[in-house]
Amino acid sequence: MVMKWIKRIYAGLIFIFLYAPIAVLVVFSFNDAKSTAKWEGFTFKWYRTLLENDYIMKSLYYTILIAVIASLLATVIGTFAAFGIHYAKQWRQKLIMNINSIPILNPDIVTGISLMTLFLWMGLERGFITMLLAHMTFCIPYVILSVLPKMKQMPADVLEAAMDLGATPWMAFKKVILPEISPGIISGALIAFTLSIDDFVISFFTAGNGVTNLSIAIYSMARRGIKPEINALSTLMFITILILLIAINKRTSNIEEL
Amino acid sequence: MLKKLSSGPYWLWSFIFIVVPIMLIIAFSFSVPGEAFKFSLDNYKRFMEPVYLKVLARSVKIAVEATLICLAVGYPMAMILARMHLKYRTIAVMLLVVPMWMNFLLRTYAWMTILNKNGILNHILSFFGLPQMTFLYSEGAVLLGMVYNFLPFMVLPIYTVLTKMDNSLIEAAEDLGANRRTVFRKVTFPLSLPGVLSGVSMVFMPAVSTFVISDLLYGGQYMLVGNLIQQQFLVVNDWHFGSAISMLLMVMILITMSIMNRLGQDGVEQGGGNIW
Amino acid sequence: MTDRIVNGINVSKVYNGVAVVKDIDFWVKKNQFLTILGPSGCGKTTTLRMIAGFEQPTSGQVMFEGVDITAVPPYKRAINTVFQKYALFPHLNIYENIAFGLRIKKLNEKEIEKRVARMLELVNLKGFEKRKVHSLSGGQQQRIAIARALVNEPKVLLLDEPLGALDLKLRKEMQIELKNMQRELGITFIYVTHDQEEALTMSDKIIIMNQGEIQQTGSPTDIYNEPENAFVADFIGESNIFDGIMPADCRVIFADREFECVDSGFQTNESVDVVIRPEDVTLSKPEEGALTGEVISVVFKGVHYEMLIRESARTWMVHNTVMAPEGTKVGLSVMPNDIHIMHKEG
Repeated sequence: MVMKWIKRIYAGLIFIFLYAPIAVLVVFSFNDAKSTAKWEGFTFKWYRTLLENDYIMKSLYYTILIAVIASLLATVIGTFAAFGIHYAKQWRQKLIMNINSIPILNPDIVTGISLMTLFLWMGLERGFITMLLAHMTFCIPYVILSVLPKMKQMPADVLEAAMDLGATPWMAFKKVILPEISPGIISGALIAFTLSIDDFVISFFTAGNGVTNLSIAIYSMARRGIKPEINALSTLMFITILILLIAINKRTSNIEEL
Repeated sequence: MLKKLSSGPYWLWSFIFIVVPIMLIIAFSFSVPGEAFKFSLDNYKRFMEPVYLKVLARSVKIAVEATLICLAVGYPMAMILARMHLKYRTIAVMLLVVPMWMNFLLRTYAWMTILNKNGILNHILSFFGLPQMTFLYSEGAVLLGMVYNFLPFMVLPIYTVLTKMDNSLIEAAEDLGANRRTVFRKVTFPLSLPGVLSGVSMVFMPAVSTFVISDLLYGGQYMLVGNLIQQQFLVVNDWHFGSAISMLLMVMILITMSIMNRLGQDGVEQGGGNIW
Repeated sequence: MTDRIVNGINVSKVYNGVAVVKDIDFWVKKNQFLTILGPSGCGKTTTLRMIAGFEQPTSGQVMFEGVDITAVPPYKRAINTVFQKYALFPHLNIYENIAFGLRIKKLNEKEIEKRVARMLELVNLKGFEKRKVHSLSGGQQQRIAIARALVNEPKVLLLDEPLGALDLKLRKEMQIELKNMQRELGITFIYVTHDQEEALTMSDKIIIMNQGEIQQTGSPTDIYNEPENAFVADFIGESNIFDGIMPADCRVIFADREFECVDSGFQTNESVDVVIRPEDVTLSKPEEGALTGEVISVVFKGVHYEMLIRESARTWMVHNTVMAPEGTKVGLSVMPNDIHIMHKEG
């Protein structure tokens, strides 16, 4: 019995530790003062200032735009790459998988500065395109890693079997391979999307020219001190995450029930 | 044909955007500013100066501390979660994951508002009549920020290994005379090592290379290796020296990773919690 | 009483409101080979786990050598278990697996080495000390699991369907080896299985369980020859079970005819189950049998033929070394002492 309560209190303390900072942000996003210590009355004004803040709104736009384009392109390139890698000779497979793991294993800061160096060396000015290329570069490896296991689970020679039955290679790919590996493709695309939305370090080194994402905007504002708009932004993001998670949970439990 | 063509674009892509950048960093690190490339070890020699070695030592020390704290705090949490009734477990694990979905910078920023001179913590202190303290802009604040951000990375892989563990192994140990503590020491912990190792590397790697946490919770000084690299590239504009430091960081992490892998393979072949 | 090494008294176990074991009494004597036999979900494994100490009875007591051990944790019981899926420690090699219990007892290395070597010899796996668990076959892992338990010299060894994962041939070999080991070492074995043949070959005493209750306790021959109810009869070997009525002692009516039998003590005209073993049915020419039927299927079972015979509204299963082809009309007869009469259940 005592053990049970110790466990409950321990888990409770951990959850308090994890959620207290978020709770503070949420509460003070409604505080009618700049301070984050004293409660001075309820207000929505920080939400208005947030929505009127062009810098944040523009960075939100770029965050989503980049995430959509980067995850889509990364999924296409990654899926085809996984298909080719699966059927490639052993040494080629090993080589490309090792290269593929570099962006995953390398600290973000090293990936960031190395891409920045590359863009400078190529004479590309940092901006939307460079940030998109960078995001695709760190997204593709994850797509490959989530598609490849599905390829491996497929029975051997299905492609040959399909072609033997008269399908062209492209038809065989579309009709046989794609349906088999689609769960891997979807989870790869989702990983790519969340990574892109969340990225700060690599974007920080590869964006420029007025193009920023939300993380960079938060960083540059936070460095200059406490901004109540950021509290409002956190609250909105936290609510979005909660709604998304609940929706996903509902959907998966619905699927399980079927 | 399709088989060969389909990975073609990625071969090209990974060459241009993964291989070439690394080569450039290597080239930069072994040369000095000037028109033509000239091989030089100056950048690495420069890093051996005490100022920089101190930064490296501080980075490693604080990352190791953060990792150990995460392990000490996270392991019991993982055990509690793994032994929870299934009904509550899914919710508890979700509660653990939700903060990770929050933007990393916002999570760090949250501590700025708490630890601030005018922040809520000092407010609480003065409420009890205690003297105000400076929490923010200290090593402790950075350590706290790391533990806060990376704790779930430690808990989750250990939790995964523990839930996959065959309960009859624990019963077998009890049956052979081991009490609770001995069961943990001789069976549960050794079998959970793959999870511990992947948790350790998932905490240590981002902790040793971060510049955001130290920047926001310590201030703009040369605090950690990450800040040093960032400053070399964006402020001082010494890309050669910055590249050399990046190379050292990269090598250090690759060595850590391979040690972890080796340890993991020597330990147990089954039930590994491979998160990567 | 004192020769009962393990004794369960009024033991019940309830999980989430479902009674898995219902108020059972059981015991095993020193050096006996006891088998708890029953279909899956009958509560036999739960009973074993309560003896081992992994489960606490909801009510009742477990006694060990006359002492109540109900609340004693498993690591303090002089009982060891061989698990269904072996439960060998994957992070330890074979030597360390076997030495596990000895190390906890803090025996010196020399003694440990000696005992492990003796155990490996006993299970015919000398030279496997340094091997990893996963490099061993199922049968070998099984032997190691037995060695790991026996090395602690337990007074009682519990075995939870230990041969379930092995193929038929290996299972037969292991049955004989286990029985020999038990005899040589003089250890009490409590063995759980759903395989009735296994139970009959190895045990000194069998407890048959169904739906949390003990159906019958006895020696293999008792249980085979004198099943106490239709469940036991059906579970121990295949049986023909018909509805019947007892008009008087030693008289039974079934299959539209009155037969002579050897059972008595039933109420007049009591409805009963009539159990007849397939090998106890004699086939003859139609006019010589007590009943007549037609063979509807024949399957060769290696030693005997298994025939299904339609007789009026009933189907009889008959085992015989001589075959009657499908479609043949045959006569069926049963000796009075091969007709087993049982009370209807419920």
